[in-house]
Amino acid sequence: MEEIWSGLLRAFELIITLDPEVVGITARSLYISLASVFLASLIDIPVGAMIESREFWGKRNVISLIHTLYSLPTVTVGLLVYLILSRNGPLGSLEILYTPAGMVLGQVILITPIMIGLTITALGEVSPQVKDTAKSLGASELQIMITTIKEVRSAMLASVLLGFGRALSEVGVAMMIGGNIRGYTRVLTTAISLETAMGNLELSMALGIILLSISLLVNLVMNRLQGR
Amino acid sequence: MSWNILNQFLLLMTVAAVCFLPGAADDSTLKIATTSSLYDTGLLEMLAQNFSEEYNVTVQIPTHSGTGIAISDGERGNVDMLIIHDKKRELRFVQDGHGLERRCLAYNYFYLVGPKEDPAGVKGMNVTRALKIIREKGMVDPEKVKFVSRGDESGTHSKEKSLWQSAGYNYSEINSSGQWYIDAGSPMGATLIMANEKSAYALADMSTFMAFKSKLDLVPFVEGGSDMLNVYVAIALNPEKHPGVNCDLAVKFINFLVSDEGQKFIADYGIEQYGQPIFFAARGNCSLIGCQAEECAVPATATCKE
Repeated sequence: MEEIWSGLLRAFELIITLDPEVVGITARSLYISLASVFLASLIDIPVGAMIESREFWGKRNVISLIHTLYSLPTVTVGLLVYLILSRNGPLGSLEILYTPAGMVLGQVILITPIMIGLTITALGEVSPQVKDTAKSLGASELQIMITTIKEVRSAMLASVLLGFGRALSEVGVAMMIGGNIRGYTRVLTTAISLETAMGNLELSMALGIILLSISLLVNLVMNRLQGR
Repeated sequence: MSWNILNQFLLLMTVAAVCFLPGAADDSTLKIATTSSLYDTGLLEMLAQNFSEEYNVTVQIPTHSGTGIAISDGERGNVDMLIIHDKKRELRFVQDGHGLERRCLAYNYFYLVGPKEDPAGVKGMNVTRALKIIREKGMVDPEKVKFVSRGDESGTHSKEKSLWQSAGYNYSEINSSGQWYIDAGSPMGATLIMANEKSAYALADMSTFMAFKSKLDLVPFVEGGSDMLNVYVAIALNPEKHPGVNCDLAVKFINFLVSDEGQKFIADYGIEQYGQPIFFAARGNCSLIGCQAEECAVPATATCKE
């Protein structure tokens, strides 16, 4: 018990004094996850909206496949992307294995099912009248899409935040694709894993507290949004 | 909830994405795959730092949990060089054309460590005898006598397997012989911490054990001896097999490691912190540690050609 208390104390010290390593790792974590969620939003919201608004053969199967992939294991994505980005793999010539760019690619793949799925669900709640009205006013398909997305913007933002949370807290992709290189691809989760394995529990706890605080913050914002 | 917040959020994300530059490797970046001992003790990072300051380059160490994974990363051409410790696999790696040549850098010894109380009573025995006793007593009373294995195809794990073989056992037989044998699947430091928690025996390299000693209640029972020798070797990837690897910088770094400066740094490392060296320089001990003269030559004989 004493170890935990003294560890916590040291952890807070590291946070309050803005220890450069802790700050660096936190900033890198935020920035990689934000980049992932941004790119994922650019792809997934339009794709989700398209799936939702169109009728096609097998649509229900596609949606149920997307729901299944919500729980896509991070290490499986890590392995897949590792094989693809390896120098002798199909995208090896990009040379982005063990770089932040590679991590972003992995995280985009990881959170895509959730973001597409939640987009579909959110847009499904828009009353058909909204679309009909927009259509009757002569809106193009893109304009209709934007109008309906605006209708459910808080649900959309919630899906973005959920994707962000998953990207921030995952360790499989970050470890396997990033390689946990100090000062380059080391993020909160991989640093916690490494420091714990090395027995540096105070630093681990400090990073854990930060990770938890960010998740808490994201959750609070999300609850506010859903409470409307 | 307003549209405004969403706009601000999107703006923030755009800024993040714009700031974000994919850092593709270039001529001044060297990527190394290595074992956990060289990384966890901090030695390789210090050497890399000295090298990168002197030559104004960037050194990255993305793989640092064991020889097995380091070799598989090398076979895929994901790094520019390896620093590992498993002679058999090193020779095969070079023979298969993946690497240029073995260069002997440093050595130390494996330790058989265990709880102070020595529940199996192996103090003073040689390593094969000690392992035999641990197995026998562990099978009788797995609550009292346990052994934690790296179990991760690392160099230390390879060594452990060959020691079991010298003790007269087939490894697969050991690995499935009961609860006394714990297959951790973890790097060296994590394995030692687990052995400590479980009051178990383990095979460890000297340097990691020294670095973790203050956090452990384990003591070494068998230390030293030619059958516990642990030799660290650097291999630059062969650009003929893996076009695009940074062979020139890898050879430069290896030459730095075997230079007077590098060898002295290795030999002195840890004295201040642990009161004794945790690695020995290969220079001058080449035949003692089973390396050929050309494997210790300065500078390298092999050259990079695509």
